[in-house]
Amino acid sequence: MNIIVCIKQVPNTNVIKINPTTGTLIRDGVPSIMNPDDKGGLEMALRLKDQLGAKVTVITMGPPQADAICREAFAMGADRAIILSDRRFAGADTLATSYALSGAFKNLDYDMIICGRQAIDGDTAQVPVSLAQHLDLPQVTYVTDLEVNGNICTVTKETEEGHQILEVPTPCVLTVLASANQPRYMSVKGIMEAFDKEVEIWNADQIDVDQARLGLSGSPTRVKKSFTKPQKTPGQLYEVDAEEAVELIVSKLKEKFII
Amino acid sequence: MEKSDYKNIYVFAEQREGVIQSVALELLGKAHELAAILNEKVVAILCGHQIKSQAQMLIEYGADEVLCIDEPEMKDYLTEQYSQAIYQVVMQYKPSILMIGATTIGRDLAPRLACHLNTGLTADCTRLEISEEGELMMTRPAFGGNLMATIMCTNHRPQMSTVRPGVMQRMQRDASRKGEVVDFKPTFDASKFKVRLVKNVKEDKGKVDITEAKVLVSGGRGVGCKEGFEKLQSLAETFPNAEVSSSRAMVDAGVIDHDRQVGQTGKTVRPDLYLALGISGAIQHLAGMEESDLIIAVNKDKYAPIFGVADLGIVCDLNKVVPLLTARLAKEIKK
Repeated sequence: MNIIVCIKQVPNTNVIKINPTTGTLIRDGVPSIMNPDDKGGLEMALRLKDQLGAKVTVITMGPPQADAICREAFAMGADRAIILSDRRFAGADTLATSYALSGAFKNLDYDMIICGRQAIDGDTAQVPVSLAQHLDLPQVTYVTDLEVNGNICTVTKETEEGHQILEVPTPCVLTVLASANQPRYMSVKGIMEAFDKEVEIWNADQIDVDQARLGLSGSPTRVKKSFTKPQKTPGQLYEVDAEEAVELIVSKLKEKFII
Repeated sequence: MEKSDYKNIYVFAEQREGVIQSVALELLGKAHELAAILNEKVVAILCGHQIKSQAQMLIEYGADEVLCIDEPEMKDYLTEQYSQAIYQVVMQYKPSILMIGATTIGRDLAPRLACHLNTGLTADCTRLEISEEGELMMTRPAFGGNLMATIMCTNHRPQMSTVRPGVMQRMQRDASRKGEVVDFKPTFDASKFKVRLVKNVKEDKGKVDITEAKVLVSGGRGVGCKEGFEKLQSLAETFPNAEVSSSRAMVDAGVIDHDRQVGQTGKTVRPDLYLALGISGAIQHLAGMEESDLIIAVNKDKYAPIFGVADLGIVCDLNKVVPLLTARLAKEIKK
């Protein structure tokens, strides 16, 4: 079985800070990591490899620096890694990104495509689903568990009220939550070998696409402006003992007619 | 594509087991407001089986018309069935705007549809406005809520967006509103129905919806443990419509269920009162609660970022404040 896992290199948004004077993001020194949901997806694929002997390929789109997460994937146990990297992909929104990826998939063999639910930098969850549509494949999103029997995947999907059990035949697209599993650590042997393996770099000529639909020109959405949220003026701050604290809270609740 | 052919605002009226979801009513409220600016109408798309009786409610909450797709295939949400049906609605009626709730259903459906329609989609919008040129301006958080971006889709139609539950406000229900209910019959290609729903399991998670509560008593790392949250529960019970919620730290620690998590990866809330107890206020948490009408924060650390959004900040040990406050409010609210 061939499994392809889509991964993305993202800034660790938990440690991003805003420059208080300019109101812009401070990106310097922010570590880049493999997106957590994608890592959950990779772990799910590697468990299938352990059970059934699958071949696991990781693919990412981004600058050549994405090499770091490809090496990490190798060290965890992936067999092949591809970076789609070309200036012609720049400025792509989720539609153009998923279109470029679909062009790469047309040149690859796969039984299953596993993606993370969403990336922590954009949080849109749109690329995997659009990819499924481009490739005309069935999809299941928000996956927390997977069992494969022949060509049938039995999938657990998390919902607001609980979960669903769904059956989907391969080939299909699954999107996985980081909470689905505890990703394995890179092994020492894996790390040693990871540096000898080749990370393939594919450009726009190596995928099956209409070039006009790539990058910014293939993107129906445009970012009109971006801004940091206007800071709310904080209210009064009091350092008091518990009795005074209760008085302050109660009088505020009365002032605002909560009680 | 001729842009002028596209008009009216369509809202996907999500239902589960025949019950219209609150996010649908919230979207209708927003759509009603935007439609007034554009001088267009609001159309709700209602998919389900034996669902038509629910159409009137959508009209009372702001729809001018309801397109009802009442078919056995529409009983439970499945990606392919729903996207085929709604794709055909869009191709026939040509909406200028299509709004979908950012639920596990909406976020599964919307990108599939947008891609099929070759149009843009903006996820998890927190603000929707109409520009001077009559275009939809969709504002959403990015980078974990650190940055806001306003996104437009000027050359493609429909302009599509998803909105999380609890972000928009529904309008006052108006039983005198009238509207037309139109049946829509899609043609299905059943050969593409490949996903089968084996079972739908509802877990009893305490059956709470923190987005509906008027008062949230919210605990963070400072609360520490299950016993601490029991004390918050007692405090919440002094109010008529209060629930206990939490920051992500306590959910990750397994102290409280994910259902009650406020923030970027939890729920967006805007209660009348948000009482933040022992919550430091990571930006992802603030993104989910800063629209609350009144925010009162209690924290030992006077530099906690939560104080930056609080209307009243108390630097004190919450473990001392909570029992006293519970006793006092029990008296005050009874009066």
